[in-house]
Amino acid sequence: MVPGASPKAKGGAALAAGDAPPEGGNAARVRRRSWATRITFVLLGVLATAFFLYLLVPLVALLVHAPPQKIWDEMGEPDVQQALVLSFVTTTISTVLAVIFGLPAAIVLSHGNFRGRRLLETLATIPTVLPPTVAGLALLLAYGRTGLVGKHLTAFGISIPFTTTAVVMAQLFVAAPFFVNTARSGLDQLQERYETAAYTLRASPLQAFRHVVLPLVSPALLTAVGLAWARALGEFGATITFAGNLPGVTQTLPITVYIASQRDLDKAIAVSVILLAVSFGVLLTLGVLRSLLAKRWSL
Amino acid sequence: MKRLGALLLTVVAAVALAACGGDGGGGSSSSGSTGSSGSPSKLTIFAAASLTDPFTTIGKQYEAANPGVKVTFNFAGSNTLVTQIGQGAPADAFASADTQNMDKLTSQSLVDSPTTFTKNTVTVIIPAANPGKIENLEDLANDGVKIAAGAEDVPIGTYTQEILANMAKSSGYGSSYQAAVKGNIVSQETSVSGIVQKVELGEVDAGYVYVSDALAAGDKVKSIAIPETYNVVADYPIAVVKESKNQAGANSFIKYVLSADGQKTLSKYGFLPVE
Repeated sequence: MVPGASPKAKGGAALAAGDAPPEGGNAARVRRRSWATRITFVLLGVLATAFFLYLLVPLVALLVHAPPQKIWDEMGEPDVQQALVLSFVTTTISTVLAVIFGLPAAIVLSHGNFRGRRLLETLATIPTVLPPTVAGLALLLAYGRTGLVGKHLTAFGISIPFTTTAVVMAQLFVAAPFFVNTARSGLDQLQERYETAAYTLRASPLQAFRHVVLPLVSPALLTAVGLAWARALGEFGATITFAGNLPGVTQTLPITVYIASQRDLDKAIAVSVILLAVSFGVLLTLGVLRSLLAKRWSL
Repeated sequence: MKRLGALLLTVVAAVALAACGGDGGGGSSSSGSTGSSGSPSKLTIFAAASLTDPFTTIGKQYEAANPGVKVTFNFAGSNTLVTQIGQGAPADAFASADTQNMDKLTSQSLVDSPTTFTKNTVTVIIPAANPGKIENLEDLANDGVKIAAGAEDVPIGTYTQEILANMAKSSGYGSSYQAAVKGNIVSQETSVSGIVQKVELGEVDAGYVYVSDALAAGDKVKSIAIPETYNVVADYPIAVVKESKNQAGANSFIKYVLSADGQKTLSKYGFLPVE
């Protein structure tokens, strides 16, 4: 959510900056500002603040409950390190796959003009609605060893469940729709006339892509990458159902948290904080990258 | 606007903090008042997920025997229920799938002294189609067999490890058997339902579950019994929750579970009666 939230924050800052001059001293203009506007701003502030607090308080509660020493100790535990590495590797692969396959899908959905597009649109959203365990069950029924597709793979000696591949597949299934839908709304803003204008100005296709298309869509794409990656990292239900839980092979960080919560709640909370710290770091990096790109392309 | 925003933030933060402080101070006192267990005609029972079938039936029987009483269940993992009761969830009685979880509540004096109301043992289940060609317990050690077991911190996982340790000590199986079976475990499941599901779907060749789960799975699975010498007995304790507003009702329900009728229903679902 961090990359997604940042443009709104920027918008808010711009709004505030625009308000600054009247507050500076022009009394007549201040009076002219209607009460309706003031109330709108107050309401906006109150609701937004309440929203951010609503998100923040549970996270703070986790932090308050986890003593730093415990977090440090857990970082040294082999099972936590193993899960951290596995989570990092699998989410990176599933996010890259989400981009490789999701970007063409988003382009087709955004610019394609054909029958059944709405149907594909819905299909690309459905996995976000499915309870994750149902998604995992669906994957088992499809790619399990007695599954629809899986039984044919068995003939070649390929068995997907309970492997690291299954972890990546579960993450991809659940997280890729977040990439496709976010990327798609970014691509929707790309109007053909901008590209045409570039060509009119004798830009080569590569130049048009680099200087027109990329600057316009890259913020949305980075947000999409962040969302998909974050969803993949937090994935639990589909993974435990489709890939199971075997330390070092399929036990990702959220599963470590769940297993720990069965006996040692303090450990579960400490590992959760590690999970949060990792996600915060990656999402913040993506956010910074986005504003750097925006600056470079002076948007 | 910036100053206004800051002010707003401060005010809302202060209010929120005050609310948090209030919560922290009065946590234990407020827990009972939110309960739906105030009325004597209403009973809320928190029970381990494995008790879903027998307790649903017992609930109906109890309602029939006590007109006007409405029994509501909250079925979940014993551990989750312990956390919920610890946080002041409105429960009148708690039935756990193991003594360890019940002990967590007794040590905090959140429940009255528990009574064992039923027992369960462990069995091996295989898919009806038997893809792993498992005919006996020895076959579980064969190369390439896929086994689903409970994770070590989940009760069924703990029991499975105990059984394997018992078998390792015997001359018939030995420690090489224990090592081979452990090596065949492809997934350490977080719940019994996860194990049953993977066996039913034929994704694994075998799984360790409770006898009651094997019975509930019907003809989709076959059982291979674990001899009493190696098997463990899981005690299921039940207790009245101290914060309950309906102690009499909770006690009466527990009495019904322990009665001949209650025990008969439990054994119908594969649970062992208590003597």
